[in-house]
Amino acid sequence: MPQTMSLLDASLDGGFGQPVFEAQAAFRLLMDAMARPGSRHRVDADVAAPGLSGPAQATLALTLCDADTPVWCDDAPPALGAWLAFHTGASLTAAPGEAAFAFVGLGGAVPDDLPLGSQDYPDRSATLVIEVRGFGEGERFRLAGPGIDGSCDLAVDGLPEDFAAFRAANRALFPRGLDVVLTAGREIVALPRSTHFIPSEG
Amino acid sequence: MNAATYNFAYLDEQTKRMIRRAILKALAIPGYQVPFAAREMPMPYGWGTGGVQVTAAVIGPGDVLKVIDQGADDTTNAVSIRAFFRKVAGVATTTHTAEATVIQTRHRIPEYPLKEGQILVYQVPIPEPLRFLEPRETETRVMHGLEDYGLMHVKLYEDIAHHGRIATAYAYPVKVAGRYVMDPSPIPKFDNPKMTMSPALQLFGAGREKRIYAVPPYTEVKSLDFEDHPFEVQTFNEPCALCGARNVYLDEVVLDDRGGRMFVCSDTDNCESRRTGTGAQS
Ligand SMILES: [Zn+2]
Repeated sequence: MPQTMSLLDASLDGGFGQPVFEAQAAFRLLMDAMARPGSRHRVDADVAAPGLSGPAQATLALTLCDADTPVWCDDAPPALGAWLAFHTGASLTAAPGEAAFAFVGLGGAVPDDLPLGSQDYPDRSATLVIEVRGFGEGERFRLAGPGIDGSCDLAVDGLPEDFAAFRAANRALFPRGLDVVLTAGREIVALPRSTHFIPSEG
Repeated sequence: MNAATYNFAYLDEQTKRMIRRAILKALAIPGYQVPFAAREMPMPYGWGTGGVQVTAAVIGPGDVLKVIDQGADDTTNAVSIRAFFRKVAGVATTTHTAEATVIQTRHRIPEYPLKEGQILVYQVPIPEPLRFLEPRETETRVMHGLEDYGLMHVKLYEDIAHHGRIATAYAYPVKVAGRYVMDPSPIPKFDNPKMTMSPALQLFGAGREKRIYAVPPYTEVKSLDFEDHPFEVQTFNEPCALCGARNVYLDEVVLDDRGGRMFVCSDTDNCESRRTGTGAQS
């Protein structure tokens, strides 16, 4: 079978069955996650994208990406470009500096030059989506900031190696900076730029 | 010909996605005004097209919608917006604050305390709190960017010099999460304290000026003031003439042409619930 044909076949699957209602439900979940940093959420949709890590990443792409939001993905297979084009209208970019959404797989590294927004338009920044192994164990953080009643604890297994340094540098840029969404299979935890990380003892 | 020719919740999916992305940015940068490409809505701007677009982008079939206008559920504006969403989204509607999952409001915050999971959508006519000081958008952007709010403090202090107090009674400016000065929309300053550390999510939509901003739950919202002139809310000497409530916001109602008048609850649902003993009430 010619390669273009198999790319097309792969791109037809893995989207929402009922795009209008599933996108609405997924958005509310993402909004709740962003409004309450550190809170854990679980996506329902049985979706999958070639090259994205799991249902949570695919759900986020289907809910938020379109022709206005170039997507960067580490080690993106050609099939991902076809999948995004078919389901969302978004195009893949090889340049992180052009990305509105950046997807990083488990064990991947955070690219250096994602858009951080400007002082006058800090919203013109990328959303960074990172797949981790899971929540509830691993590296422990205490979180504080808008959306958090006092503080809350989060444990993450499988963060990128330089994540702590990245977070500190990102918070120092506020109101500029990246908004991070951690995914683990179906699970989602949002860490917007406004969230403070306090390394917790024990 | 019964087939709907519009999408669920009226807006097309691309517009919803654009508004949804703006809402997520707004939540990540509390109090910052995110520009968005507002759409024409089948109602005039004064009717809260910004709030309607935000509501349309978030609402789902399982939501229960309440709409208030100056505290009342039964004005033409509130009734029309409720009917609009019943038709285009098939959602249930209510007048009871405690039953609503999404509350769209023009110029009031309900008296009954909001809870976690509720979304309060404000209709905003003028989103820029610095606009009356500086008409140029490029300049107000820079002032927000630099956190340069000196002019705003000078203006408020001039108020004190002239009136012995800060004269602003509506749209009283607030600082969100210690960073952005924000216009809370023309709610009475009586309502300002309800914004801070609220368990509910607060979204603001300005249709004509194409801005969305947000206050996440449990976020500090501080009314601007001075140490020697602390922020104070309006107080009322008498209780509501209908339900006897104190510590609620009252409207003055003229009874006759001989100067007869009384003060009654602005929040009509809260007042009615208190009188009939139904529903949740504050
Ligand atoms: Zn009353």
